[in-house]
Amino acid sequence: MIDDDAVRHIANLSKIEVDDDEIQEFKRDFERIIEFFNRLDEIDPDVEPTYNVIPLKNVVRKDMPRKPLDREKVLANAKFREEGYFKGPRVVE
Amino acid sequence: MITVREWKERLNEGKAYDAVAELIERAKRNRYNSFITVTEEIALKQAEEYDRGNREGKLAGIPVAVKDNISTEGVRTTCASRMLENYIPPFDAHVVERLKQEGAIIIGKTNMDEFGMGTTTETSYFGVVKNPKDEERVAGGSSGGSASAIAGNETVLALGTDTGGSIRCPSSFTGVYGLKPTYGLVSRYGLVAYANSLEQIGPMASAIDDLGLLLEVIAGKDERDSTNAGKSFHYSPVEKKFRIGVIKEMRADERVMEVFDEFTRSISKFAEVEEVSLPSLSYALPAYYVIAMSEASSNLARYDGVRYGHSLESLDSWTNYFSRVRKEGFGKEVKRRIMMGSYALSAGYFGKYYLKALKVRTLVVQDFMRAFERFDLLISPTMPSTAFRIGELADPVTMYMADINTTPINLAGLPALSMPAGEVNGLPVGVQVIGNHFEENKILGFGRMVERNEV
Repeated sequence: MIDDDAVRHIANLSKIEVDDDEIQEFKRDFERIIEFFNRLDEIDPDVEPTYNVIPLKNVVRKDMPRKPLDREKVLANAKFREEGYFKGPRVVE
Repeated sequence: MITVREWKERLNEGKAYDAVAELIERAKRNRYNSFITVTEEIALKQAEEYDRGNREGKLAGIPVAVKDNISTEGVRTTCASRMLENYIPPFDAHVVERLKQEGAIIIGKTNMDEFGMGTTTETSYFGVVKNPKDEERVAGGSSGGSASAIAGNETVLALGTDTGGSIRCPSSFTGVYGLKPTYGLVSRYGLVAYANSLEQIGPMASAIDDLGLLLEVIAGKDERDSTNAGKSFHYSPVEKKFRIGVIKEMRADERVMEVFDEFTRSISKFAEVEEVSLPSLSYALPAYYVIAMSEASSNLARYDGVRYGHSLESLDSWTNYFSRVRKEGFGKEVKRRIMMGSYALSAGYFGKYYLKALKVRTLVVQDFMRAFERFDLLISPTMPSTAFRIGELADPVTMYMADINTTPINLAGLPALSMPAGEVNGLPVGVQVIGNHFEENKILGFGRMVERNEV
């Protein structure tokens, strides 16, 4: 039910590079996992979905300025930076 | 194992510095691979402060180990992943702030399944945690390092996190006590997210009172977590003749059931015990995994190798860079869960999987609420077996099956305890005690009655 192209498609949706020799293993795992998910086909409950169990609505806080984290500390984990900013990869090919 | 009371006696007899140094030595030898990082300098400095009388609070002088998916300012926080191997958080999690405010001594950061995704710690980039009760077996996951650190006398208290059983499973496998609190009781600010709607930080220890003490410290209002319930927790265990429901659908292998049935018989001396059926539980496990993986695929999209985390030698085009960083940074199980989550949420499958799973979640909540009309607490074996041999669970779905008794609790956001209740061939068996929302004091009160009656 899952072919090589489907694995490549899912990997691309997830933005995870997959080698050709990994495809077969993922395919086998995905088939087992999807079969497991498909147990849900056995029922069709006529109820509302539950996104969150604790009834909280519109949690807001006062819109007050607060001291942000120190810029150097925030940038410390980034390998590529320029003039106090993060530097990312090219977005337009 | 060292209880808080025993530790305090030690502090009265000698210096905190010496007692802590002894634990640190053991933690550094890391016989069970409990720790990813031992915070020796910090711990010894905090112990010295205590000896000078400058460290006060509910946890003054008491060692706590912190799971490595909880942010600690200036101390690397890896989530047991290559992706975050060198990540140093610029801030403390809410729970870590609270530990510091109450005078705790932070011993180190504990090993776990990568991003919490596993039941054995075998998915850790830093290697599997060995069970102090039998070193050829796993300590359970994902908070395996926190459990083995307690069972192996490397700490007194520990923080774990529980998304589908990650506090309760290792507690059961190593013979310690672990409590997954009600969803929303403990702030998740600074917890590296895996599945937001399911996970909670909770206490692990070697006695019921110690769980209560640690929970009292970490629970409470924090507006930085928008799902925080804003409630505080005061430890005052309720003891009475409880009405206990034994969940029919939550089973275990024959030997574990013998221990569990014996437990059920012994508590009948001080509680009313009756069987209860929750039919929706047959579908809870697949529903749980659909939801957890869907949330994981969304949460872990943040790992782009730009702001933090694993990076490449040079920047490439966005798609290449992003995909390569994630190929190198994530282990196999994390990739599986992200990809299966993306699949479940993708066009055409949303209603079939994700929406259906959320409806099953409603049924599970309704079943539990019906049960709590008749019972104060519900019980089951925590795990369907004792600790697995290292390498025993070869394929992912077999591993997921081990979470059959623990995941429904996260779907319903309920609090649940795992406490030791006996052994099979020298391996601990845990009993799970489930309460209604925010009724931790009933669970802990019952736990104390069990402790005292030596069930």
